[in-house]
Amino acid sequence: MHELSVTENILSLASDHAQKSGATRVTAINLVIGQLSSIVDDSVQFYWDLISENTICAGSILNFNRTPAIFRCLACQHEFSLEARLSPCPSCGSIRNQLISGEEFYLDSIEIEK
Amino acid sequence: MSAIRVPVIEKIFSANDRMARLNYDRLQKDRVFSVNLMASPGAGKTSFILQTINRIKGVHRVGVIEGDTAPVTIDADKIIQAGMPAVQINTGGDCHLDASMVSDGLDQLPLSELDLLIIENVGNLICPAAWDLGTDVKLLVASVPEGDDKPYKYPNIYRGLDVLVINKTDLLQYIDFNMDYFRQGVEILNPGLVTFPVSCKTGEGLDAWIDWLTSKVKEKKLH
Ligand SMILES: Nc1nc2c(ncn2[C@@H]2O[C@H](COP(=O)(O)OP(=O)(O)O)[C@@H](O)[C@H]2O)c(=O)[nH]1
Ligand SMILES: [Mg+2]
Ligand SMILES: [Zn+2]
Repeated sequence: MHELSVTENILSLASDHAQKSGATRVTAINLVIGQLSSIVDDSVQFYWDLISENTICAGSILNFNRTPAIFRCLACQHEFSLEARLSPCPSCGSIRNQLISGEEFYLDSIEIEK
Repeated sequence: MSAIRVPVIEKIFSANDRMARLNYDRLQKDRVFSVNLMASPGAGKTSFILQTINRIKGVHRVGVIEGDTAPVTIDADKIIQAGMPAVQINTGGDCHLDASMVSDGLDQLPLSELDLLIIENVGNLICPAAWDLGTDVKLLVASVPEGDDKPYKYPNIYRGLDVLVINKTDLLQYIDFNMDYFRQGVEILNPGLVTFPVSCKTGEGLDAWIDWLTSKVKEKKLH
């Protein structure tokens, strides 16, 4: 799994932005992670505690805001979420959909003290 | 002292994406068409690359970057034996190639002499999908013995593809693989995806892939 490299990316982004805003300490990291981005929260948290030690982000809390995978049916416009499995539109049976959320993977904001 | 919220809104992979852009620009400069080839271990990535080289070597020059989690040069040696330049990138246990590893690989290839670059990513259906390498296309080699439920289990990798190869079709007669079910999952995730069912053992279906590929290589020369 690539959670370690992911966590290193989060740390470098967060530290850059903390320094730019003149922070003395970062208290929280707010992430937005889509259901389809296959990231395991627990192992990011595990690496985070290890690699953020002795950085400006030490002791900060990671908040994972999970967005569900939502499809819009192109035939009937019905919107439905990805449950256990991919499926055709539950309303009309069409397989022509557009994914409208669920692939997000970004650092939304940080909370700092100065 | 109260906490201040600082908005960021930056993609976690933004540093990798910037490096991928630089790779893209380098390949563009020499008009090299490039393929990021992904698959699970054993799906037939190396076999597929060798078949491709054998069919176009009289016409086009192909460079290969081999991503491996360990320092074994088995796959790279096969490419060099087939007469094409190959570099081995050892990811040091990492489950995927990233754009900066590919940049190191590009340093070692004679780009100005190449028409096509194929990057054999690390065998894995989850991680490589997240790391853009800066190639023209992302290609997945799915193989029949892996089962027909893979698009349903690994939706993320299917979302980002430009080309799908379904390998080991010679085994369809021995294995319960429902092609309609498989292709329905793909269609939900990536409508109209360019797909080539092939067998790297019998050669079946490879001509259609080679036609598509050579037209892309030529197009790249013009733009
Ligand atoms: N029956 C059959 N076997 C294949 C086919 N393509 C590859 N193989 C075999 O699958 C195994 C793994 O192939 P390889 O190319 O090394 O896969 P990689 O790990 O994805 O690079 C080898 O034993 C190949 O001979 C095919 O189309 N049909
Ligand atoms: Mg291989
Ligand atoms: Zn519908």
